[in-house]
Amino acid sequence: MKGAKTFLRTVFGRAYPRFIGVWREKSWVLFDVFLPFLQVAAYVYIYRAVGAPPEFSGFVVLGGAMIAYWMNVLWSMASQLYWEKETGNLQLYLIAPTSRMAILLGMALGGLTATTLRAAGIILVGTLFFRIPLRVENGALLLGVFLLTLVALYGLGMLLSSLFLLWGREAWHLSNLFQEPVFLFSGFYFPVRALGFWAAAFASIVPITLGLDAMRQLLYPELMKNFRFLPPEVELGILAGSGMFFIILAQRALKFFENLARREGRLTLRGQ
Amino acid sequence: MRSLREIFWGMKAGAWLGWQIESNWTEPFLFAIYSVIKPVAGVLILVFMYLVVAKGGLANPLFPGVFLGTTFYLYVINVLSGISWSVHDDREHYGMLKYVYMAPMHFYGYLLGRGAAKTLVATVSVLITLAFGIGILGVPLRFHNPGFFILAFVLGLVALSFYGIFLAGISLLIARHGWVLGDVVAGGLYLLCGVAYPLSLLPLPLRALGYIFPPTYWFEALRFSLLGQGLHPEFAHLSPGTLLLILGGSTALGIGLSLLVFKVSERIALRRGLLDMQTMY
Repeated sequence: MKGAKTFLRTVFGRAYPRFIGVWREKSWVLFDVFLPFLQVAAYVYIYRAVGAPPEFSGFVVLGGAMIAYWMNVLWSMASQLYWEKETGNLQLYLIAPTSRMAILLGMALGGLTATTLRAAGIILVGTLFFRIPLRVENGALLLGVFLLTLVALYGLGMLLSSLFLLWGREAWHLSNLFQEPVFLFSGFYFPVRALGFWAAAFASIVPITLGLDAMRQLLYPELMKNFRFLPPEVELGILAGSGMFFIILAQRALKFFENLARREGRLTLRGQ
Repeated sequence: MRSLREIFWGMKAGAWLGWQIESNWTEPFLFAIYSVIKPVAGVLILVFMYLVVAKGGLANPLFPGVFLGTTFYLYVINVLSGISWSVHDDREHYGMLKYVYMAPMHFYGYLLGRGAAKTLVATVSVLITLAFGIGILGVPLRFHNPGFFILAFVLGLVALSFYGIFLAGISLLIARHGWVLGDVVAGGLYLLCGVAYPLSLLPLPLRALGYIFPPTYWFEALRFSLLGQGLHPEFAHLSPGTLLLILGGSTALGIGLSLLVFKVSERIALRRGLLDMQTMY
């Protein structure tokens, strides 16, 4: 009972700065909505230049919103333990009498909440500015896909953060590397089916690939008939499975890499 | 003379340090792969967007101009973000900015050197992407006017370096979000400067901004010299000489403005003790 209480307090304690940061540091609206919107707008104009149907602008806006989650996972989940190491907090986490998974879960929940506000801002601004058609026919399935995408995505983030525990500057560069190539392979700006079935299947390691494909099918069923990768129900099932898989794997990886980092003396190495 | 020598030493030290930071985090082979994957993936996104919807796919007449713009945009993102990021990185992450500032070299030259390292990294990426475009995508690139290309290219790079100094000056004064300052400006330029689509698509106020920003003319000059045609019909009547004049004038203006902003920012930063600020942000 005491253990559960400590676990929950840790989750809340680690999520708290991310919740509160949203309200204290309002400039995020400019940087976290405006900056992605610039990119989204540019890609919308690229589609308009070649006379694409307006639904493609919707693909881009949805992709832009999901990019906010991917960036949060990369920079505030995967690389977070590297930042903590650089600022000298990591050792405090490790000597704290609590579960490491609770710390990761708190990071995920806090980041998820803050990023949802950003993503909603991008969708709102994008939809209004570009007058994008949106028609939701199966809201329950859409919501289910969205939530399970986030569970699987942040599960992957927890796994990556344990892998990144060992690294110094490599962590920073690896996060940097996981931007454009993932934007390409996960089909953030175009239907992933265009890459071919097997490439799309490979890209499904990143849960957003399946999530985006399913959400696009549910929002633009007519247009997506020609670009469907898998039926949304199947993608929902895979997302549920991969979410559980990533979280279980993250727990084991965290233990393994923490021990390895302790043995190799990398937990307190700064400026590597 | 002494001042020039200090600028040179500053540049040399900045370029060396910048290159080490950029490249020595891994093995050279992995670094080479890293340098290839990112830019090529960026271009492939455009390729698939064109393949999915554009009439004629990659044979669409807009594609070569879009490809070229996107490829040379790598300089914008690298140089602009690189110089302003180096202030944030040295101050916030390594806690070295105050020591760099105290060292017997020109700080301005040091920052230009950091920009030079980024330019080198960008050049590798641009060359690889161009080779990919010519060899795999069949983009018909050749020198239509080599002299014009060299002049326009160098002027553009000089201008970008000084815009980077401008942003570095502002970075000296801000902590939070300083790390995305370069990205914000580069993102704005991607949208407004007609890198990947004709400017005529933008709403009038945004289009007007696009006409004001010099990189618009830089990209168009590069297209004229390497493709023989531009992307924006409204610039079709501009001669190479006129384009160079616009680029040269705007570069001179940019240098003056960046020097001014940097000097003022430097003075404020010194007065407020911001050079060793560490906000853990």
